[in-house]
Amino acid sequence: MQKNKTLLYLILSIVSLALFIGIWYYFTAVLQIVSPKTLPSPVKVFTTFIDKFTNPNPDGATLLVHALSSLKITLTGYLTAIVIGVPLGIAMAWYPKVDLYVRPIFDLLKPIPGVAWVPLMIIMLGIGFASKVTVIFISAIVPVLLNSYSGIKQTRDVHIWVARTFGASDWQMLTRIAIPTSLPYVMTGIRVALGAAWTTIVAAELIASTEGLGFMIQQSRGIYRPDIIIVGMVTIGIIGSVLGLLLMLIESVLVKGRSKV
Amino acid sequence: MDEARHMSKSIIVAQGISKTFTNKRGSTKVIENINLEVRENEFLCLVGPGQCGKTTAVNVLSGLEPASTGTVKINGKTITRPGPDRGFVFQSTALYPWLTVMGNVEYGPKVRGIKKSERREKAQYYINLVGLEGFEHSYPNQLSGGMQQRVGIARAYCNEPVVLFMDQPFGALDAQTRYLMQEEIIRIWETAKRTIVFVTNNIEEAIYLADRIVLLTNTPTQIKKEYKIDFPRPRDYTDPDFLALREEITNEMDKTL
Ligand SMILES: Nc1ncnc2c1ncn2[C@@H]1O[C@H](COP(=O)(O)OP(=O)(O)OP(=O)(O)O)[C@@H](O)[C@H]1O
Ligand SMILES: [Mg+2]
Repeated sequence: MQKNKTLLYLILSIVSLALFIGIWYYFTAVLQIVSPKTLPSPVKVFTTFIDKFTNPNPDGATLLVHALSSLKITLTGYLTAIVIGVPLGIAMAWYPKVDLYVRPIFDLLKPIPGVAWVPLMIIMLGIGFASKVTVIFISAIVPVLLNSYSGIKQTRDVHIWVARTFGASDWQMLTRIAIPTSLPYVMTGIRVALGAAWTTIVAAELIASTEGLGFMIQQSRGIYRPDIIIVGMVTIGIIGSVLGLLLMLIESVLVKGRSKV
Repeated sequence: MDEARHMSKSIIVAQGISKTFTNKRGSTKVIENINLEVRENEFLCLVGPGQCGKTTAVNVLSGLEPASTGTVKINGKTITRPGPDRGFVFQSTALYPWLTVMGNVEYGPKVRGIKKSERREKAQYYINLVGLEGFEHSYPNQLSGGMQQRVGIARAYCNEPVVLFMDQPFGALDAQTRYLMQEEIIRIWETAKRTIVFVTNNIEEAIYLADRIVLLTNTPTQIKKEYKIDFPRPRDYTDPDFLALREEITNEMDKTL
């Protein structure tokens, strides 16, 4: 049953994708009613994609160099957000004192989207590595912290009681009851944060950069190379999906015995 | 052979227990002057109408919640908070879903710092006792309701408490499983003797299980009557004496509106 369903789902996805590319091909390459300066055919995009692996022109670097540059910034900001955000969210939820001090600051920053920080960061830190890492960090820490916080709050009284009857200390209740309870929520936060981080890096590079996928797209717009723009978009999509899948894999190893949240 | 002398030793002595909850909307008296002694290895059932204060009574007797007045002594020591000498089995899945059956059962000894080989051996003994051999590595969500309660019982036993408190542990099970678990808990208790305070609102269940039934009134609850049950085990639900007693207690029990 389950297996048949996934197979059906796979077939349907392939069919709809093929249909989409087919229509695109039909209008651009067969009917040629759209100028290749506006929208190139999928064949053209594909050859550009292959070409960009070795060809640094016209934007100064190959596709891999751009992708690695974006990835390096994203992962630095993102991982820092996890390393700081998860413990902080947990501490806020478990120790009322921490909540008291951190919450006002956090509530203030929460509604400001990550990209809104870009102009300020450019002035403060320039258009290099540091400013973008900071922006990524800010946009990723919000969902990480929020979900870790609410995950700890899911801890059930009855679980605490049982632990207490076993003589568990406050620290043991945190590490052995509350944190395992929060794990699926923490992982959700980490997944959401990845999306936020990856979106933000592209946006940040569109505004100010010297390399990266967003930069490549921005450069190509100036010289009317929609094929490279699409290659950039597809690459962003592929990397985002691969990272997402990787997280799901980690999650399925870490979170046992529970249905997903 | 020392059964008689053992039975006479009091494990729980509760004197003048009352409990009043106070919140914004005022205060409610839930327990009114309960005096109760539970003897060693006794299977005591607390029976009462719905919402009468059974859970509150168990929480106070076990030290999960402080009494408003009165004292509870366990083995001669006044209790004010939960401790490892008291174990719990709750109605719903109070199991840790992120731990396997083994992980759940060995949890108590692990918290107390018992070394791995020793606690594993102990946990395995109780897993086998509750009939879950072969399920050590399953997660709770892979088990049926009845099996989950078996894990809960093994977990409570594995910490080797003096008293086991069970608050409607079979309340969420279907009738078939419930009968089976009633047989099982008696079998387990007869193998690994322990003092048990068992809450139920099911009179039939109480007569099947208990050495003694303590019948509670509506709120504010107090003890209405006690019944000593001497029927030999395993008991027969259809025995005329059983049915007569069931009738008697049913008539005696307060009706809930
Ligand atoms: N923390 C509390 N604050 C205020 N009132 C409470 C509190 N806990 C219980 N009560 C009240 O005490 C009464 C008895 O509750 P309790 O849960 O002890 O009854 P019960 O006999 O266990 O019920 P049930 O048959 O549903 O298990 C209820 O009316 C309940 O609203
Ligand atoms: Mg109750």
